[in-house]
Amino acid sequence: MRGRLTGYWLFAPAALWLALFFAVPLYSLVATSLFDPDGSVLTGYDVAWAFGNFPDAISEYWRPLVRSLVYAGIATAICLVLGYVLAYAIAFKAGRWKNLMLVLVVAPFFTSFLVRTLSWKLILADDGWIVNTLQFVHVLGDDGRLLATPVAVVAGLTYNFLPFMVLPLYAALEKLDPRLIEAASDLYASPARAFWKVTWPLSRPGVVGGVLLTFIPAAGDFINAELLGSPNERMVGNVIQNLFTTTGDYAAAGALSVTLMLIIVAMVVAYARTSSTEDLV
Amino acid sequence: MTPLQRVGRWIGDHLVLALGVLVIVYLVVPIAIVALMSFNDSSGSRNVYKFQEFTVSNWANPCKPEGLCDAVSTSIQIGLLATIVATTLGTLAAFALARHRFRGRSGANMLIFLPMASPEIVMGSSLLALFVAAGFGGQLGFWTIFIAHVMFCLSFVIITVKARLSGLDDNLEQAAMDLYATEAQTFWRVTFPLVFPGILAAALLSFSLSFDDFIISNLNAGQTVTFPMFVWGAAQRGVPMQVNVIGTAMFVIALALVLAGGWNQRRRATAKAA
Amino acid sequence: MSQVDEVLHQHRERAQTRDLRLEGLTKEFASFTAVKALDLVVPTGTFFALLGPSGCGKTTTLRMVAGLETPTSGRILLGDDDVTYTKPYKRPVNTVFQNYALFPHLDIAENVAFGLKRRGIKDVKGAVAEMLELTELSTQATKTPGQLSGGQQQRVALARALINRPEVLLLDEPLGALDLKLRRSMQVELKRIQSEVGLTFVHVTHDQEEAMTMADVVAVMNGGVIEQMGSPTELYDNPRTTFVANFLGQSNLVAGEIIGVDGDVVKADMHGTTVSVPRERAHATSGKGWIGVRPEKVLIARTGERIDAPGNHMTGAVVTDASFIGVSTQYRVRMAWGQEITAFEQNTGLREVLAPGTPVDVSWRPEFAFLLDASQDVTAGLGEV
Repeated sequence: MRGRLTGYWLFAPAALWLALFFAVPLYSLVATSLFDPDGSVLTGYDVAWAFGNFPDAISEYWRPLVRSLVYAGIATAICLVLGYVLAYAIAFKAGRWKNLMLVLVVAPFFTSFLVRTLSWKLILADDGWIVNTLQFVHVLGDDGRLLATPVAVVAGLTYNFLPFMVLPLYAALEKLDPRLIEAASDLYASPARAFWKVTWPLSRPGVVGGVLLTFIPAAGDFINAELLGSPNERMVGNVIQNLFTTTGDYAAAGALSVTLMLIIVAMVVAYARTSSTEDLV
Repeated sequence: MTPLQRVGRWIGDHLVLALGVLVIVYLVVPIAIVALMSFNDSSGSRNVYKFQEFTVSNWANPCKPEGLCDAVSTSIQIGLLATIVATTLGTLAAFALARHRFRGRSGANMLIFLPMASPEIVMGSSLLALFVAAGFGGQLGFWTIFIAHVMFCLSFVIITVKARLSGLDDNLEQAAMDLYATEAQTFWRVTFPLVFPGILAAALLSFSLSFDDFIISNLNAGQTVTFPMFVWGAAQRGVPMQVNVIGTAMFVIALALVLAGGWNQRRRATAKAA
Repeated sequence: MSQVDEVLHQHRERAQTRDLRLEGLTKEFASFTAVKALDLVVPTGTFFALLGPSGCGKTTTLRMVAGLETPTSGRILLGDDDVTYTKPYKRPVNTVFQNYALFPHLDIAENVAFGLKRRGIKDVKGAVAEMLELTELSTQATKTPGQLSGGQQQRVALARALINRPEVLLLDEPLGALDLKLRRSMQVELKRIQSEVGLTFVHVTHDQEEAMTMADVVAVMNGGVIEQMGSPTELYDNPRTTFVANFLGQSNLVAGEIIGVDGDVVKADMHGTTVSVPRERAHATSGKGWIGVRPEKVLIARTGERIDAPGNHMTGAVVTDASFIGVSTQYRVRMAWGQEITAFEQNTGLREVLAPGTPVDVSWRPEFAFLLDASQDVTAGLGEV
């Protein structure tokens, strides 16, 4: 119907931009990770095929690396539970409040990530009512605190990435025909069995999408760790950021960045084997 | 049904909804606190994370903290530029993917998907690595941030517009052609009006992603300061309450835009029904 | 003169000679041929139906006429104009799409006015109002398509196409999305509108009842070719292939050995009984054949009782099943040679319903039978939609 080349012309500008400023930089990043580790801003950097940068960086920074994956994993799990409940409520129970609830889910996007995260400093403050209540019921000791603990960092991560979980889950659940659940209960499935045998498997594309969209940014985040945690909660993002901007140790920063990318790619591939990229895009 | 059963049933029916509302509260409370703190008079205390005294002076003088309004203005400029470029290029690409067959489609999908699957810290550091390798290390600033923002907005624009396009019934365009509309008329009278909500949503998303980005901008900003970078810097010393004013104002403007859009849609529907 | 010729002749007299002609029209897709060298003439002013199971090529044919699909070879002519490669927006042809394809962002009046406006007509108000009147939509003019019922949407789609006064109106399964009752009343409505405006309608459907109710001429399509074309009665009474016999209504097909032509009839041996079939209904004259008879033409009676049919009675049959449907009873009867055939009998009240197990004699009037070539698949067209 239309010219055979039209598709290429339409796609070319975006493809070029992504290639130049996403794909090529990834290559530069890999090159950086193989810089001579003795280079500095003053002496300049050379690609020295220094594969030793990887074991060096990992052995020095394995704690923040593992911590990132653990915090992101816990936050993703909590997001999945909270997000599923919320998405299910919006899809099946909200009635005429559906649109309002959806607006409220995306409401956090309407204001600044950093400003919102800072307000958690106030919520979890040492003399705030949450800490006071927890102290009163002896969950926390008298001088116990939430700020500067892993709890605060995970709470912040959960809060910040929850909408990324809710939206794909909602999209999947919304497509689900509620008559299927009725059919399941007609066929002698208890509500719990109907959920596990019908609702859950059919919402899987949403679960896959939500988990990826939550876990990936959470694993690379350093804002929550910096603002709500202490040096003991440093994540790999903090380290990379510091190495690049303050220390100037590009080789180690590059090696860590590449390592993080590889770990995430491996997890995505393993996790999303069932759904092709066409589905995800 | 006994009253007790009825109560049990009511709880069963409403439990999920109640839990859902609690999750919403979790999402919304921090925003409410931002709004509250925008009226906080912190001048008498060093603790900026506690509400001291009500004042409207923060709203009256939002630009009082040095550099704040410059940062906001920089963010708006970058946001607008990145939105225009990303929405244009992304929409063209979405049309290409949805409407044209071409070789290398899976490669194209990969190129779109990967930026969304990459942690920002990785994208930010790769770009920095490129700029340094290309000898632009000393020229980081407005334009390098702009380049980065267009890059990460593109994928979101493409999938948003493409979703709208593939949800579109092909028959509509064929019907238009059948009804004497030329290719150009079909595009401007049928295709574009129907895809426009998707393009608008993509543009709003781009602007908010750009305005909000810290991790990638921070690595590639040089001496330029965007709003999130200003907040980050201020967080080390004590955040001026005016930051909450900006946060609240952004929220109100965005919410108003969304509600106006929804209201406009409903008004048109009812006006036509009447 | 056959019935179809008569119908066609009447139409020719009524209208100018802007017939729609398809010549050797072929459409090949990557993996299969959808339409094979189709030759077809649709006279001006006819209500023409393309009937066939899904995948038979009828929709592809329609889309080629609309200009939405480019033929691989062959020609499409409107009168003397070759429109094979004319853009869809330059042909005097409009389509009522299967799912209506109403523009969701325009209201009903704007939808209906769309074609006129694209052709540069400024003042469309009168024409739109008139068309909405014709389709009984006047009160819906300012609603959006989403606010209308299925039947109303269908009428909007029709109005939107008809207002352009096309030379040919194409209807692609236009009633497929409606429920049975609405479908029946829309069939009558469509027929009324067609005779009122006097345009050529080409209607694609897989519903044989719909095709027979509405169309002057029906073409039965199968596997990319037209199996048979004619008036509904002609196709029903004198099917030329097993596919038509089975797809259009039901048929009993019994294997037989053709004896030969004998005057006006062709005689055949059917499991020991000699049956005759009128010459013009015999589509084979030697070798093996399928002797066909429609179920309502099959007459049965208790063994020994009189049957109102000349010729041979087949004895030794037994009723195996009787379904009472109200106006009629549908019998399954096992013949002496083991084959089960179907017989419909009006419930005139002259006789009680025969219970399964009742021994019966079977016969039919020879002029109602037809004879088909045995090289065809006897089950062709069965169970296809």
